[in-house]
Amino acid sequence: MRQLRGKLAPYLLSLPSWVYLVVFFIIPLASMLGMALAVGNPLTGYTISDNFQEFVTGFTTYEDAFVRSFWYGTASTVITLAISYPVAYWIAFYGGRHKSTYLFLIMLPFFVSFVIRVLAWEFILSDQGFLFGPLKAIGLLPQSFHLLSTQWAVIGGLVYNSFAYYVLPLYVVLEKIDRRLVRAANDLYASPATAFMKIILPLSAPGVFAGFLLVFVTNVGDFVNAALLGGPGTYMIGNIIQDSFFENQDYPMAAALSSILMLMLMIAILLYSKAFGTEAIQEYAA
Amino acid sequence: MSGTTSPMPSAFKPSRLGERILACFTWAMIIYTMLPIGVMVVFSFNYAPEGRIALNWLHFTFANYRDAFGIQDLTSALIHSLEVAVGSAVISSIIGTPLALALARYRYWGKSATDLVIFADIAAPAVVVGASLLSLFLALNLPRGLLTIFIAHVAFNLAFAVVVIRARVSGLDRALDRAAADLGATPWVAFWTVTFPLILPGIIGACMLCFLLSIDDLIITSFVAGQTLTFPLWVYGAVKVGMPPQVFVLSTFIFMGGIALALVNVALTHRRQVAA
Repeated sequence: MRQLRGKLAPYLLSLPSWVYLVVFFIIPLASMLGMALAVGNPLTGYTISDNFQEFVTGFTTYEDAFVRSFWYGTASTVITLAISYPVAYWIAFYGGRHKSTYLFLIMLPFFVSFVIRVLAWEFILSDQGFLFGPLKAIGLLPQSFHLLSTQWAVIGGLVYNSFAYYVLPLYVVLEKIDRRLVRAANDLYASPATAFMKIILPLSAPGVFAGFLLVFVTNVGDFVNAALLGGPGTYMIGNIIQDSFFENQDYPMAAALSSILMLMLMIAILLYSKAFGTEAIQEYAA
Repeated sequence: MSGTTSPMPSAFKPSRLGERILACFTWAMIIYTMLPIGVMVVFSFNYAPEGRIALNWLHFTFANYRDAFGIQDLTSALIHSLEVAVGSAVISSIIGTPLALALARYRYWGKSATDLVIFADIAAPAVVVGASLLSLFLALNLPRGLLTIFIAHVAFNLAFAVVVIRARVSGLDRALDRAAADLGATPWVAFWTVTFPLILPGIIGACMLCFLLSIDDLIITSFVAGQTLTFPLWVYGAVKVGMPPQVFVLSTFIFMGGIALALVNVALTHRRQVAA
């Protein structure tokens, strides 16, 4: 009896979460795929068919938005990596007693709503705002200069919002590197650059990849930065999905578009977890 | 500085200059990080003509604070956000703790599949999670509102709760609950008297993370909210018509409250470590 209970214990402990995740995470994904295959309209109701037309139409109609989303996602993730790495590196290697203070400062934006952060940037970057207004008044910037509603404003917003999310995993891996390895490289007359390339960079790779995946996936699917900082020319696939659901009420199209996005990113995620395992991501989230 | 007299060739000394540059860069990035927060706080004290935030500094006033809860819709949206954040944080931790225990302590059928689902839940883009939940609610004909927002928030918080609590459970010495069992405690008693107090900091940490993720969420909520508004949704909707200063005031409150919570948590952890 006791042994049986020991055997059953993990299943009983897992059961509540399993049920919840199946009902509210896995079944919804399936029902989204179903919705994408449905034909009909909100008035007459829907019937599920084997009609893959919506996928083809969706992809070809909004190919631009897909390409743009992946371009914004890639550009913002690469820029975020480029600015986070030096910061994480300096905090991990030279932060001394104040490491946690620096990290806390980097994490301050977590305490401000995401939409407020984007709104504050819209505010800062606005054409006649307190930053560009005076610069234009004294002639340092031409009157026609504007940053809002360009792709760089959107990419900049994505970078700002991913910065802290990338510093953390990088800091965690850099912090763990055994300093004696670096000293040994020094003793063996490796130049600082060689020591960095041969020791620090390879050892920090798990953090680089884990952060890249999470930031990239988040940014490709974002629509808030594009809506607040961008213009009509910066529509991302997230904006289209939103509009299809709520403006056009074309549910099958919206579902087809998000299914395409999901499948594309799923491939990226599966390739990632095959190559690097899921440990680093879970560690990072903790 | 010759190599023989230097007692310990320091870990990585490219040059003092290199370190300086890195230090300056880090501080520059910290300032960049704080810039929008500073703008939010400073402009919450700015005079707001016609109840709209001005793009430029006009003059200092407390008027916005005196009227902080003056917009009823906004205040009730904030209350919705707080309700959902507290509720989903607590429920996610209650459902997630047993799974975290199972994953950290047992090898069993379905474990790696569970890992993969947890990982997918964390990595899945918010648009997809939101769209898929909306598809389910539409298919079930479930009216969108506070309940569906709550369901959605538990759905994405659960994975984070499990991961955070699991990290705490893994760090525990299993000898402790074995000792409890040897002394005749049933697993139930051993859990509540030994394991639970030890993993409580992890559970509190998970609750705080879930609270922050929930109160912050706009993308997933925007799909499942229907006519019900949360604080981020209200703000997002107000972008086109102009922003009342109360938005910055209430955000400053949330910011201060979050910082206070975090500092209390740090202080408590510190005291516990000193005591131990």
